[in-house]
Amino acid sequence: MTTGTVPAKLAEIIDDFQDLTEPDRLQLLLDFSRELPALPERYSDHPELLEQVVECQSPLFLTMEIGEAPGHPVHLFFSAPPEAPTTRGFAGVLLEGLDGLPAAEVLAVPDDVPDRLGLTRAITPLRMRGMSAMLGRIKRKIRESVRDEA
Amino acid sequence: MTLAPDTQDKFAEYAHPERLVSTDWLAAHLGADGLVVVESDEDVLLYETGHIPGAVKIDWHTELNDEVTRDYIDGAGFSRLMAAKGIARDSTVVIYGDKSNWWAAYALWVFTLFGHEDVRLLDGGRDIWVAEGRDITTDRPDVVATDYPVVERDDSSIRAYLGDVLEHLGKPLIDVRSGDEYTGARTTMPAYPEEGALRGGHIPTAASVPWARAAAEDGTFRTRAELDAIYRGEAGLKDGDDVVAYCRIGERSSHTWFVLTHLLGFERVRNYDGSWTEWGNAVRVPIVRGTEPGEVPVSVNRSAQAAR
Repeated sequence: MTTGTVPAKLAEIIDDFQDLTEPDRLQLLLDFSRELPALPERYSDHPELLEQVVECQSPLFLTMEIGEAPGHPVHLFFSAPPEAPTTRGFAGVLLEGLDGLPAAEVLAVPDDVPDRLGLTRAITPLRMRGMSAMLGRIKRKIRESVRDEA
Repeated sequence: MTLAPDTQDKFAEYAHPERLVSTDWLAAHLGADGLVVVESDEDVLLYETGHIPGAVKIDWHTELNDEVTRDYIDGAGFSRLMAAKGIARDSTVVIYGDKSNWWAAYALWVFTLFGHEDVRLLDGGRDIWVAEGRDITTDRPDVVATDYPVVERDDSSIRAYLGDVLEHLGKPLIDVRSGDEYTGARTTMPAYPEEGALRGGHIPTAASVPWARAAAEDGTFRTRAELDAIYRGEAGLKDGDDVVAYCRIGERSSHTWFVLTHLLGFERVRNYDGSWTEWGNAVRVPIVRGTEPGEVPVSVNRSAQAAR
């Protein structure tokens, strides 16, 4: 279990969720789902470059670009179909909260961040695991990438 | 007030054609007095992205399940839920949802536990309505609350508990999970998170018929002849059989329960909603691994007594 600090942007999103009633939290998640950007062409034309996070209930594909030292900024790319709005919403939260941060900061994100959105009752613990799986996959890929470089 | 059934030819072949409506029928009847359309999906946000005009949403997890005990809501809870959704005891309820009506069938099964008489599925569910380019809206429907009686839930005829299944061994069982779940290679659906079953495999003698085989490519139900070939032909069910269907938590097997009961006309079909997340964790219940259905172990009657 990682117990580092929550990056400022992600902390702000968590506060936004926490300030709302449960139905409004779902509405906010839906907004994130709608705003999830389409893949840039270099990935939309090459779906084989993305990998599936199989723990999600609906198809979710992701890839990342990890920049140069010293900071190794992390850029995230997600793809999920419109009929999977919950999965898209989770991806949208992670994208807005983490995209562009240095690798070390992403690795330090506490693993229980999904639980802090206050959605577990409405979404169910089972569905929330999809978001935990995405975060886990992101961290694993960062570790692999940094290891390959070392 | 209930509405006249959809009389199209495909449905006429089924045992209870009045349990299905087509998209054409639904489009023509939207807004009719006595009709309530219900969307029930796996994805909790899907309804909010757009739904059939006037449809209300029922979420299986937060609205049909008891939040504390692993059980369904009780009669008072169902009465409150129906009243809040604008459903009267004599309403015609048409349910539709994502994934070939998987969760819609689950909702329909729960409605049936409370004896709601006129409850139907939209053949093909949400996907076909969207694929046909029919109207969807994000407008919230104007629901006029109703008075729905408190009806005691009747689990005896269409729901099986663990002890019932132990007693049932030797009669037909249908395992509707994926092939790998049946053999015990895995305890959860491909691409789904682990839900914590300690043992993999299937209930002895269960025939493997993954639920989705009942659906065609477009999500509609297969024809009567195709369904007969699968369930009577391959799985060997015969008229008069007493059948129990199960999956992992009872949702996929609700779909098969619907097929066996309403489309093929079996009169004694129960859904074992405890399913593998109960059986695969229960102490000393018999389990078979591999592709063969297996035999009923001789010691099973003692276990059945203990589980009652």
